[in-house]
Amino acid sequence: MSKIIVKDLVKIFGDHPEKALKMLQEGYSKDEILKKTRQTVGIFDINFSVNEGEVFVLMGLSGSGKSTLLRCVNRLIEPTSGTITIDDEDITLAEPDVIRDIRRKKVSMVFQRFALFPHRTVLDNVAYGLEIQGVPTVERREKAAQIIETVGLKGWEYSMPDQLSGGMQQRVGLARALCNNPDILLMDEAFSALDPLIRKSMQDELLSLQNSLNKTIIFVTHDLDEALKIGDRIALMNNGTIVQIGTAEEILTNPANDYVERFVEDVDRTKVLTAEGVMKAPDPVVFLKDGPHVALRQMKEHGISSIFVVTRERKLAGIVLAEDALQAVKEHREEFKDIIIEDVPKVRIDTPVIDIIPVLAETKLPVAVTRDDDKLVGILVKGSVLAGMVRKGENIA
Amino acid sequence: MPKLPIGLWVERIVDWAQVNLDALFDIITLIIRVLVTSIETVFLSVHPLIIIALVFILFWFIANRKIAVGTAIGLYLIYNMQLWKPSIETLALVLAAAALALLLGIPLGILTARSNLIHKIIMPLLDFMQTMPAFVYLIPAVLFFGLGQVPGLFATVVFAMPPTIRLTGLGIRQVPVELVEATDAFGSTEWQKLIKVQIPLALPTIMAGVNQCIMLSLSMVVIAAMIGAGGLGNEVLAGISRLDIAKGFEGGLAIVIMAIILDRVTQSFSEKHKVKA
Repeated sequence: MSKIIVKDLVKIFGDHPEKALKMLQEGYSKDEILKKTRQTVGIFDINFSVNEGEVFVLMGLSGSGKSTLLRCVNRLIEPTSGTITIDDEDITLAEPDVIRDIRRKKVSMVFQRFALFPHRTVLDNVAYGLEIQGVPTVERREKAAQIIETVGLKGWEYSMPDQLSGGMQQRVGLARALCNNPDILLMDEAFSALDPLIRKSMQDELLSLQNSLNKTIIFVTHDLDEALKIGDRIALMNNGTIVQIGTAEEILTNPANDYVERFVEDVDRTKVLTAEGVMKAPDPVVFLKDGPHVALRQMKEHGISSIFVVTRERKLAGIVLAEDALQAVKEHREEFKDIIIEDVPKVRIDTPVIDIIPVLAETKLPVAVTRDDDKLVGILVKGSVLAGMVRKGENIA
Repeated sequence: MPKLPIGLWVERIVDWAQVNLDALFDIITLIIRVLVTSIETVFLSVHPLIIIALVFILFWFIANRKIAVGTAIGLYLIYNMQLWKPSIETLALVLAAAALALLLGIPLGILTARSNLIHKIIMPLLDFMQTMPAFVYLIPAVLFFGLGQVPGLFATVVFAMPPTIRLTGLGIRQVPVELVEATDAFGSTEWQKLIKVQIPLALPTIMAGVNQCIMLSLSMVVIAAMIGAGGLGNEVLAGISRLDIAKGFEGGLAIVIMAIILDRVTQSFSEKHKVKA
C-alpha cells in the first residue's frame, strides 16, 4: 500500500511562478525559464510513491532538487503545483493547523547538520516534539529517556549537544525524530556530515532499527554507496527532476540514461571498473614451442622477472620465472615442461577492480586476464591497476 | 528654489500634538512620575551604608566577587563625596528610562526580525533617532511635558531605544536557519518557536542591547539635566556654569562610577546567558 504519493509536483522559486509554470508545461527548459521570467525551477515533473515500511532514497548531486523535494513532503517548502498525498489524504492545500498536526504526529525530520537546540539538554532536545504538543514534563521525559536508550545514548541525557561527538549528535537527532512516534521519517543527508566509519555504523544501525520499527523513510543522499546500502528503492534526481526510479540492482545494471550511468560510475570506481579497463596488453609472451632460451631473452630484453606462456591459439598455458628459465638453459633443456607454473593467478576480463585487488595482494606474480575461451587478453600488475584507475577517473571527470 | 519650510512643518506637528494630545501626555507624565519617584523613595528611605551592604551581597551572588567588591567601593566613594542623593536621582531616571526603552524596544526588535516590511520601515527611523543630536529631543520634550524629570526621561527613552531594537532583531535573525527549520518541522506554533528557541538563542545579543540601552540612558540623563531632570547631571552643569572644577569633577566621577557598575553588572548577565553554539 502506498503511504506517500507524489504527483506532478513542481516547485518554482520566485515571486511570479504562474508564468514560469506555464512555460514549463509548454516544454521550455529550466535555463530558458530563468532567463525569460527570472523564476528558478526547483523541481518539476516529480512522480513517485513510497510504500509503507519502505526505505525510499532520493539520490542526486547538490542542486539536483532532492532536498527541496523532501521539504515539499512535509510542506516546509510550499509546492507550486501538483499533489502530495499521505495516507490517502491530500495535504497539498491543507490548512496550517492541519499541517502542524501532521508534523507533530505523523512526519518527523532528521537534518544534515543535526540542528539540535544548543541551549537544551539531550533529554529536552529529544522531548521537544512532545513538549510542543503539551505532553506533561514527567511523561515526555520518560518517553524521551526510553528513545535515548534505544539509540544507544543512555547516560548522556543531561549532557548538552556540544559535549557530544558528531555521530552521537545525530543519534540525538534521530531520537528526537522518533520520540513522537511518527509513521514517516524524512532524513535529509542525515549521515553526510559524519566521517566515513561513523557513517557506516550509523547506516547499519538505521537498518537494524528499521527492522524493528518499520517506518516509512524517505532518505536523501548524494552518496551512491549509502543509497545502495539502505534503499529499498532509489530515485535518481538530476537538474530538478527524477531520471530513474528502481532498486539498487536495476539502477546499476540498467541505467536509464548517460547521466545515471556516469553517476553510477563516478561514485565508486572499483565497483564499476573491470579488469579490461586497467590491464595492459599481453606483451611480451612466449609460445609453448619457444622454449627456455627465447623466454629468457625476452625477459632480459624487457627487464622482467617472469613471462606468460601461451598455446598457439593464445590460450594461457602458464608462467615461467627467470630463475627457472636460467637453470633450464644451463642444463640445456629445450622444453618448458619442468619449469612452467600452470597454477597462475588469473581473473576474467569482466572482473571488477574491487575483486582484483585481493588477488593482486596475495601473489607476487603478475595476474593474467583471460576471456571465456581462456585466451590471454591482458596482464595485470599492481602499478597498471592503479594507473588504470587514475586514468579512468580523469576521463570521467 | 525657495527654502523648504521643513523646520516649520515639524513645529506645526509639535504644536498640533501639544494641543490635541494633551490628555495622553498627562497620563504619560503621571506614569513616569510615579515610576521615578517610587524608585527614588525606595533607595532614599534606607541609609546609604545599608544599601551598599545589600548591593554588595546581591552582586556577590548574581554577578561575581570582583564586581561586588568594586561596586561597594565605588558606591562608598559616591556616599563619601556627598553625592548620594543626586546619584540616586540619576539611577532612578536611568532605570525607569531603560525599563521603558526595553519594554518598547524588545517587542519592536522581535517584530523587525519577523517581518521584512517592518524591518525596512523601522531601520531608517532608528538611524534618524540615533544620529539626530540628542539636544534636539529636549525641545519637543519640554513642550509636551514641561520642565523636570519627565521630559528628561522621554528624551532618554528616544535616545536609548534604538540599540535595543537593533540588537534584539539581530539576535533573532542570527538564530541558525536549520534550527528554525527544525522547530517548524516538529510542528511548533509561531509563539512556541519564538519562546522556546529564538529568544533563548538570541539572549546574549539581546542582553548586549540591554547593556547598550542602560549605558546610553546614563549618558543622556546628564544632558537631560539641562531641562531640569536633576541628579548628577545637575552637579556637572553647576560645575560648568560656575567654573567650579572641584564640583564638576566630583559629579563627573560619580557618573563614571555609576556607568562602570551598571556596565559590568549587565555584562555579567549576558556572559551567563551565553550558549556555546
